[in-house]
Amino acid sequence: MEFLQQLINGLSLGAIYALIALGYTMVYGVLRFINFAHSDVFMVGAFAGFYLGRVLPAASFGGGLLVLFGAMVICAVLGVVIEKLAYRPLRGRSTLTVLITAIGVSLLLQNAGQLIFGANPKSFPKLFPQHNFTFGGMVLSSDQIAVFVVTIAILLGLHYIVMKTRIGTAMRALSFNPTAASLVGINNDMVISFTFALGSALAAAGGILYAINYPSIDPLMGTLPGLKAFVAAVLGGIGNIPGAALGGVLLGLIETLVVAMGGSTYRDAVAFAVLILILLVRPSGLLGKLQAEKV
Amino acid sequence: MNHWRAPLNLLLLLAISTLLATFTGCGPSGGGDTISIGEFASLTGKEAAFGQSSHKGTLLAIEDINAAGGVLGKKINFIYEDNRSTPGESATIVKKLITRDNVVAVLGEVASGRSLEAAPICQANKIPMISPSSTNPKVTETGDFIFRVCFIDPFQGTVMAKFAKAKVNARKVAVLSDVSAPYSLGLAQYFKEQFTADGGAIVSEQKFSSGDKDFKAQLTAIKGTSPEAIFVPCYYTEAGLIVRQARQLSITVPLLGGDGWEAPELIQIGGEALEGCFYSTHYSPEDAAPAVQDFVKKFKAKNGGEIPDAMAALGYDSAMVLAEAIKKAGTTDGPKVRDAIAATKDYMGVTGKTTLDANRNATKPAVILAIKDGKFKYVETITP
Repeated sequence: MEFLQQLINGLSLGAIYALIALGYTMVYGVLRFINFAHSDVFMVGAFAGFYLGRVLPAASFGGGLLVLFGAMVICAVLGVVIEKLAYRPLRGRSTLTVLITAIGVSLLLQNAGQLIFGANPKSFPKLFPQHNFTFGGMVLSSDQIAVFVVTIAILLGLHYIVMKTRIGTAMRALSFNPTAASLVGINNDMVISFTFALGSALAAAGGILYAINYPSIDPLMGTLPGLKAFVAAVLGGIGNIPGAALGGVLLGLIETLVVAMGGSTYRDAVAFAVLILILLVRPSGLLGKLQAEKV
Repeated sequence: MNHWRAPLNLLLLLAISTLLATFTGCGPSGGGDTISIGEFASLTGKEAAFGQSSHKGTLLAIEDINAAGGVLGKKINFIYEDNRSTPGESATIVKKLITRDNVVAVLGEVASGRSLEAAPICQANKIPMISPSSTNPKVTETGDFIFRVCFIDPFQGTVMAKFAKAKVNARKVAVLSDVSAPYSLGLAQYFKEQFTADGGAIVSEQKFSSGDKDFKAQLTAIKGTSPEAIFVPCYYTEAGLIVRQARQLSITVPLLGGDGWEAPELIQIGGEALEGCFYSTHYSPEDAAPAVQDFVKKFKAKNGGEIPDAMAALGYDSAMVLAEAIKKAGTTDGPKVRDAIAATKDYMGVTGKTTLDANRNATKPAVILAIKDGKFKYVETITP
């Protein structure tokens, strides 16, 4: 029974990693660079939820969803702005230049966050009604259920957008070959903006789900979950959407089981050991395809 | 090559101006009409609630002292710096306070880990340091210039172990401690020693690292051993999250903590999950003693009605003990002030009667508080 409970704990942690990992993987898919500012968009998402949540009268189901949606919109706009101001002027430069810019944007967001929101941890309000469900010794909290439901809904929605819509087809075309995509009339800039909006909205959802489960938020809160989600994205195969989801869930499970077996001090070490291991054994990730690098 | 010149010149100018600033910086604090006292505190970051409280208490004490004419006929020039609750900052700050600001004594920190960073520097420079509320024994073991005005963890751990046995009626207790905080590990160890010596059993020992947010795996493992109480010696940010997650896992037994819980933020984060939990601390604002009520009144008037917690009271006492010692020593000379601080006996502070023992630690009573209806409620006082 304890094992099943740990499984639930691991899955709910993994689902949040998966949401953040999706943002990394989507940007990598179209632009071939790691957007390190993503983890700070996650933080902004949590703070957007914090301020919107204070406007709401009480913890209600509809109100919670409204806050979630509002934070996703705010972060989508932020994502597009970051892309326009920081990354678009560097289009066509080496990926290293863009990567370093991403680290710069990340530091900017962290320090601006400390300036605007204050450096002290804040307590996150209750967005959804709280209830514990017990099944023969196992406990599932309503916050954990919210994580599962939102993550699954977002995954299905994302699958639909990428596979069934015109913009999704354009994203895949751009990911396959940007030059050819623009030759057949795809507006690359527009598709990239859309990808950033989508990825940042996912980060916001991740930020809010993280904050309702661990209700203490601060401007540096994104760093560690962001790094873990990056590991998850690489584990599943970066650039691959189902891979990011799988990687997130696996990483959450691995971490929880490590702690459950008494290795709580090695929790982060194990997560990063997984990254090293996967890069050594299967650099393209679990679901990624091996690509020959053109030299 | 020419375009390199401009930035280089700029750099040179910058270097010179920094150098000049360093020299001129020595001027005012070395002046003869004030005595400089330094403080390093966690004013922002993870333990900011502690740092701010302690700092406000210290500030109030300095104002009181200066209003009463200062020490040795001079006003105190109080210089404080923020270490952002991060490791590695305190040493730099204290070096700066001693070498640049020429402080005669240093006050600080709440967190034992950060006091331990600063202590060797004060010791090497023969500058007395008084920690208001670092309870880990190692802090004052650094050397004979390091003091504290609070009790130490062996006493606090013992108090909580006895309380768990006598008042909570627990025979099986689980311990969840923070491996990255000397404070937490020390408290956990002394609790275990006393509790097992009294015939109780520690059924589960789990660990985490500062900054962790997810404790469900540890708590699930603890739940499997069905303890009658859980001892969680850590700081308030983690404590709030731990209590909440414990209740989400349907763990209903009381959780017990140390003075690291003492912050309004604990209740903001933990909410109603904290009902029926207990922790040990240094004082209660509900204490009817005139010294306490006078302090509470002054503190509230200065800080917009905020009720001072134990950290504020200890911050106040630390500055008062130092001022008394400088008066007694009649000089600001480091070794003489040290001797005067070491001789502190039966000083009636806000946090009770303070006597410094041979190991430069204060012996004084501890107070147990309960959390009831979202408020800290006085339960009992335990004397050493």
